[in-house]
Amino acid sequence: MLKAGIVGLGKMGISHAAILGAHPLVDLVSVCDTSSLVLNAFKKYSRVNPYDDFNKMLSKEQLDLVVIATPTKHHYNMTKTAFDRNINVFCEKPFSLSTTEGTELVEIARQRSLVNQVGYHNHFIGTFREVKNLLDNNVIGEIVHFNGEAYGPVVTREKGSTWRSKPSEGGGCMLDYASHLINLIQEIVGRPVKVNGVLLKSIYSGGVDDAVYTLLTLDNSISGTMLVNWSDETYRKMSTSVTLLGKKGKIICDATEIKIFLKEPNKDQKLDKGWNIKYITDYSPVVNYHLRGEEYSAQIDYFIQNIINNQQGTLNTFEQGLYTDKVIEMIYNYDKAN
Amino acid sequence: MEKILFGDNQFFAINHISDEKSRAQSIKFKDDKSIIKTLDYAMEANINTFMCTTHDRISKICDSIRENPIKYQNFKIYPCLPYAHKYANAVTELGLTNSLKQFVPGNFMGSMFKGGLAFLGKDYIAIMELLIDAELKIFEKIDTPVIFLQNVVTDLLLGLGMDEILLAFHNYIATKYGVEAGFITMNMPKLLDTLERVGIKNPIICSSINKLGFRMAGGRACYEDVLNEKQFRAIAMQVLAAGAIPPQEAIEYVCSLPNIQSILFGASSKANIIQTTTLIHQFHETNEVFQNVNKKNTESSKVVLTS
Repeated sequence: MLKAGIVGLGKMGISHAAILGAHPLVDLVSVCDTSSLVLNAFKKYSRVNPYDDFNKMLSKEQLDLVVIATPTKHHYNMTKTAFDRNINVFCEKPFSLSTTEGTELVEIARQRSLVNQVGYHNHFIGTFREVKNLLDNNVIGEIVHFNGEAYGPVVTREKGSTWRSKPSEGGGCMLDYASHLINLIQEIVGRPVKVNGVLLKSIYSGGVDDAVYTLLTLDNSISGTMLVNWSDETYRKMSTSVTLLGKKGKIICDATEIKIFLKEPNKDQKLDKGWNIKYITDYSPVVNYHLRGEEYSAQIDYFIQNIINNQQGTLNTFEQGLYTDKVIEMIYNYDKAN
Repeated sequence: MEKILFGDNQFFAINHISDEKSRAQSIKFKDDKSIIKTLDYAMEANINTFMCTTHDRISKICDSIRENPIKYQNFKIYPCLPYAHKYANAVTELGLTNSLKQFVPGNFMGSMFKGGLAFLGKDYIAIMELLIDAELKIFEKIDTPVIFLQNVVTDLLLGLGMDEILLAFHNYIATKYGVEAGFITMNMPKLLDTLERVGIKNPIICSSINKLGFRMAGGRACYEDVLNEKQFRAIAMQVLAAGAIPPQEAIEYVCSLPNIQSILFGASSKANIIQTTTLIHQFHETNEVFQNVNKKNTESSKVVLTS
């Protein structure tokens, strides 16, 4: 059994705690947070040891892995501390607020051969995996345009202030919502290398972006748009989609279905001419424990399996998380310069 | 419990395989009248139990039920709480403590004695009881024979190993409201083990049960084993796997399983309600195993109610 700890018991941290708690190959031994309300609940009703000090937790517990789900500004220090003790790290997204710090962490992980992963869970949603497969098999031919979209109802009123409304702490629509989409496009279509236009809009939040609209060119010369808004209450929860227009057809994909239009049938992929609709039910990974979506369990399971097999993962590595941070930096820099 | 329960996902734009269908539903059920009209279609199909969340809009439906006692004299609601997105969005926006303040009526820290004391003393069970009371207020004077804990919370507590809170929910519903507690889950085999361990006998568990194994953690075979071997009252939901399985095939599969006490489904149109209920009746009647187990379960549920 691998011994696990978690720091940061917000929405994601609590969810990771439950997933690790239910994992057959993991013993969740400790959690760490600054909220006594949350820590006391663990003390009273669970078997895990609660801590209010991350360093103390690491020195008292012999951990094989730690999940870092604190606000982004703490990711660097905490990851570095864990790496110093040779502990494998799963870090929530976005990875880091400074690409210099992020680069250092990628290098330490490489030197020490520690398993590292960032929580970009969209890669563990079956439909998005299938889009990657379809593109790898050149199903829609040369891609002429991509459009990534993410909408949701996080900030819909002019009130309330948590770290999510402070860009210096990793808040804002760019870091919270757009990072997911950048990472998804970066890994399934191509890595953005050039920013051609940016509109950052503050709708309800003071001093932070609630919407990000941008034009990007990727390393394979494909260009396209990215439209993100977390202040759109016509969506019940975050909804992410990718549209790819190719010379031989088109793919529209979200977390629940893939619509594929082909000019000619594709026998290898068993796709007809015209519209083909595929549902998530065909692509869901089988998990042993389900909370809020298979992808959350599947990503932790992948991390655990890599530790057990003593191998580096290829999905959601720190290096990939760092590249997303670099794209975010490019978009901000473009906005400032223009 | 009745053989068929009517769900509410379609009213609140929840569709598990199509965001586009969600949007269409959101437009169709924009006003409360359209929800009531669809409930009428369900009642015409002899479905008299509505299993629903504590979404804000349900309170308007409850008003309509109270205003028409004759029409709804045999009508029951199975409330499912909490409505998780309401809390999740609030925690993101306001933080944990401020969210609690927002959802517990009155002045959470001060004037509400129980709440204030619970918060200061970190008496989580008392906080939970306050939240349950707050959520159930909208169902006053409506027959609610079973009250469910939603899957996000059930499964969270299950993963965290906080079995005591699951038991506390069960006990509070029984003692304060005099009705039965039920649990919704995506992890039925694991939950049943836990509920048995804390001493809940013959629990009511609502979970996804479908031919594709969709949203069935541990896999279909594991669920089938549990249904064959264990004693509990199972409610099957997502039997159509959100529309991915053709209705006839989907219902035939579920009706062939033992131990299924009820089937929960939601539909937006009269035609779909009629089609699904007709199929359930058809396969239910042709399946002896299903009937026998139901009989056994009805008897054992009576024992629970009187004990």
